[in-house]
Amino acid sequence: MSTPTDTTGTTHGAPAPLTKKDFVTDQEVRWCPGCGDYAILNAVQQAFAEMRMSRDDTVIISGIGCSSRFPYYMSTYGFHSIHGRAPAVATGLKVSRPELSVWVVTGDGDALAIGGNHTIHMLRRNVGLKVLLFNNKIYGLTKGQYSPTSEQGKKTKSTPFGSADRPMNPISLALGVEATFVARTIDVDGPHMKTVLKRAAEHKGSAFVEIYQNCNIFNDGAFENVREKENRAENALYLEHGKPLVYGKNRDRGLRLNGLRLEPVTLGNGVTEKDLHVHDEHGSAAGAFLLSRLPGPPTSPIPLGIFRQVELPTFEECIQAQVREATERLGPGDIEKLIHSGETWVVK
Amino acid sequence: MSIQERTVPRKRKVERLEEVIIRFAGDSGDGMQLTGSQFTATSAAVGNDIATFPDFPAEIRAPAGTLPGVSGFQVHFAAKDIFTPGDAPDVLIAMNPAALKVNLGDLKRGGTIIANQNAFGAKDLDKAGYLANPLEDGSLDGYRLIPVELSRLTKDALASTGLSSRETERCKNFFALGLMYWVYGRPLDQTLRFIEEQFRKNPKFVEANTLALKAGYTFGEATEVFQTTYEVPPAALPPGKYRNISGNSALTLGAIAAARKGGLTLYLGSYPITPASDILHEMSKFLNYGVVTVQAEDEIAAITSAIGAAYGGCLAMTTTSGPGVALKTEAIGLATMVELPLVIANIQRGGPSTGLPTKTEQADLFQALYGRNSEAPVPVIAAQSPGDCFAAMYEAARIALKYMTPVFLLSDGYLANGSEPWLLPDLSTFPPITTNRRTDPAGFLPYSRDPKTYARPWAVPGTPGLAHRIGGLEKEDGTGNVSYDPMNHEKMVRLRAQKVAAIVQDVPDATVFGADSGDLLLVGWGSTYGALTAAVRTLRAEGLAVGHLHLRWINPLPKNVGSILKNWKRVAVPEMNLGQLVWVLRAKFLVDALGISKVQGRPFAEREIVEKAHEILGVTR
Repeated sequence: MSTPTDTTGTTHGAPAPLTKKDFVTDQEVRWCPGCGDYAILNAVQQAFAEMRMSRDDTVIISGIGCSSRFPYYMSTYGFHSIHGRAPAVATGLKVSRPELSVWVVTGDGDALAIGGNHTIHMLRRNVGLKVLLFNNKIYGLTKGQYSPTSEQGKKTKSTPFGSADRPMNPISLALGVEATFVARTIDVDGPHMKTVLKRAAEHKGSAFVEIYQNCNIFNDGAFENVREKENRAENALYLEHGKPLVYGKNRDRGLRLNGLRLEPVTLGNGVTEKDLHVHDEHGSAAGAFLLSRLPGPPTSPIPLGIFRQVELPTFEECIQAQVREATERLGPGDIEKLIHSGETWVVK
Repeated sequence: MSIQERTVPRKRKVERLEEVIIRFAGDSGDGMQLTGSQFTATSAAVGNDIATFPDFPAEIRAPAGTLPGVSGFQVHFAAKDIFTPGDAPDVLIAMNPAALKVNLGDLKRGGTIIANQNAFGAKDLDKAGYLANPLEDGSLDGYRLIPVELSRLTKDALASTGLSSRETERCKNFFALGLMYWVYGRPLDQTLRFIEEQFRKNPKFVEANTLALKAGYTFGEATEVFQTTYEVPPAALPPGKYRNISGNSALTLGAIAAARKGGLTLYLGSYPITPASDILHEMSKFLNYGVVTVQAEDEIAAITSAIGAAYGGCLAMTTTSGPGVALKTEAIGLATMVELPLVIANIQRGGPSTGLPTKTEQADLFQALYGRNSEAPVPVIAAQSPGDCFAAMYEAARIALKYMTPVFLLSDGYLANGSEPWLLPDLSTFPPITTNRRTDPAGFLPYSRDPKTYARPWAVPGTPGLAHRIGGLEKEDGTGNVSYDPMNHEKMVRLRAQKVAAIVQDVPDATVFGADSGDLLLVGWGSTYGALTAAVRTLRAEGLAVGHLHLRWINPLPKNVGSILKNWKRVAVPEMNLGQLVWVLRAKFLVDALGISKVQGRPFAEREIVEKAHEILGVTR
């Protein structure tokens, strides 16, 4: 990310602190009352203010769906594009204007169904984009059809007998294409979301953040296991780099590596934290992948936080380096010379 | 026998010709495209006017020796101004029986056939479906048949190189080229330089191909078969500096020229597709010209990434062919809605669907004009010759930036791969590239409009104080806020149409070649320019009152098209489709125009236009 600078307020002395309000627009927010999107918008606005992001140098690009209305409510530059294509629009912008901070806001249908191809290629290229995938496991804006993350057998308007296809796991997908930053957070935990957003902003390449988001109209309670306060205390596994995988209300449970499996264990009776698997954000994708495959309650906890973060050259860096090297080697191109190059002859 | 021993010059008759059409034909792996383009480059450099028609299969290597595997390259070179690659070759170089069979029908009556005698064995004949050897059974008696042992002679000439027979066999195209250089009195030096460059990394092939080229040349001198050589003097082209250029190369240069003139980064988002890929290849060489190219994951990402780059302040473009345009359709609508500058170059090919990837067609005009949901007007400009792709691309970019709109540039396979001498343009005479870049926050409204062009401001991210939101939802006039207001929607639909219509102020009046009025006006667009020009000259030389109107801008049409059409008794529109421009003209001007269609994956021959004109005018010859 480029260094956040304040261009929104004062010109002399210490810049005035930014507040959430600096990132609010005059547009009326039109999500359903009670939608998880409100909490996400709030956390993003707060995080942007706390990071002192420049409205002029920040761009939010979205596709289509409820989540994709997001740019209209942010006072930065914004582009509400077409279904599934936000990663591609953002790639073109970031490659040509690497100094901008470019964020992609998308949903489970937008990013994983119609735009699956672009999501994959954005992540494998490591384009320096911050991707917020609002996962509500349902199609909201088209009024309640199942999505690529809906559980198998999901009964919806388009699948009255239950959906036949198995769901896709966004974190596994991102790790599979070797995304350099992969994280998960949840709409109701503002502080955690802000921490993850800040880490994403600091990350140099593609930062992929899955946000569990409740759709209270078409899929209410989809994340009850980890969204409801009591349940979250019990089931959420907050990932911390270098720390053993401990969870539970009483922090008495953990995950132990058993062969190629992460096995839930209860601490005590000779099992100590030393026996638990230690989370390594910068380790292999395979370790993070095991975490992403945990089935969730009642069998296992649900990991929240940063699954993996590694540094690799970004796409825009590589492209810009080629442009720079070509220019250094060949000199700045002279179009007149180019037109007159090759075998020429003169007619008198 | 060494090369030197053969180089005893003999006295030959030299005949002067105004023009010659040669077709090199062989297997896909025989290097016919390379041979033809070398002959072209040399002929251009000696000052002939040239026009070429490369014609090759979509398969990279169809089974050797079969009819589908035949690749051809026709070059027309002349001591006068020419407009087409020529209707029928004077000379056919056939590297194998399949090449002979596929191309014989096009050859002029009494034309010359130079056939690689070594490739006419029983198996080769069988693969091409010949029951008897056409070189021996008298079936070619109507032609001047010259069997030459191209394979054996090449092998002999390369005996000293130590190459395998398979490797020497691959050099026979240069032997054939050398022979043709001798017959037509062309110098070897340009091709010798090319060989040095092309095989730089493999010196033994530099040696082998050099030997083969020279051996072909000296064979011509030594053999008794060619009693006459030919001279085609330089053409009296308009004075200036020239180079030989293909449509795709010219298009690439036109885009870079526009970006440089406008001081903009050029962004190309593209996905490989025949026959447009060469633009991506060419463009990717020129990163030091401030060019960014991205080979996207698909056609949709190619255009949407270009839209992202346009949003960021680049001159953005995407290059593709018809099937790619089909995929980009929704994004073109987005570009129309968000009113960002973008050039979509469609290098048309035979369709529908995958169609004829390597063959030419003009059947995407309706797609360009109307192929989007709802009212989504897009300006359409068409290039008319390989060299003209430069100016057409420049103009497309200029209009896109000036009016803040996507622009369709139509080219086709024939222009893309064909080449001609290109009078190098003087960029200082080109109109300036102006943009609508906005930096002043005072009173900024993202959807305010320039009173003359209706262009909205180009407020690029990173500009202080101009942060705003755009998108595919309907915009409120002025503010650009999302609006579902019925009257606003109609207003915006009309404004977008009005903006594209306003481009007419940048479209020069159309001019008719021949006369201002008369019996028959032929109206064309795009790559039929050469065939129509040649045909109308022929028809006028016959004393017929025929004119030619060629349209560069199809949306909007020049202001005076309607009045021109009224001055002619008949109007006919030759197109490589089932009648698309003619449909537009009939609808717009209520004129009883006739369509002249050809959809064979091949350009019109001059003769075909002339015959149709005769038919319409009731002339019997």
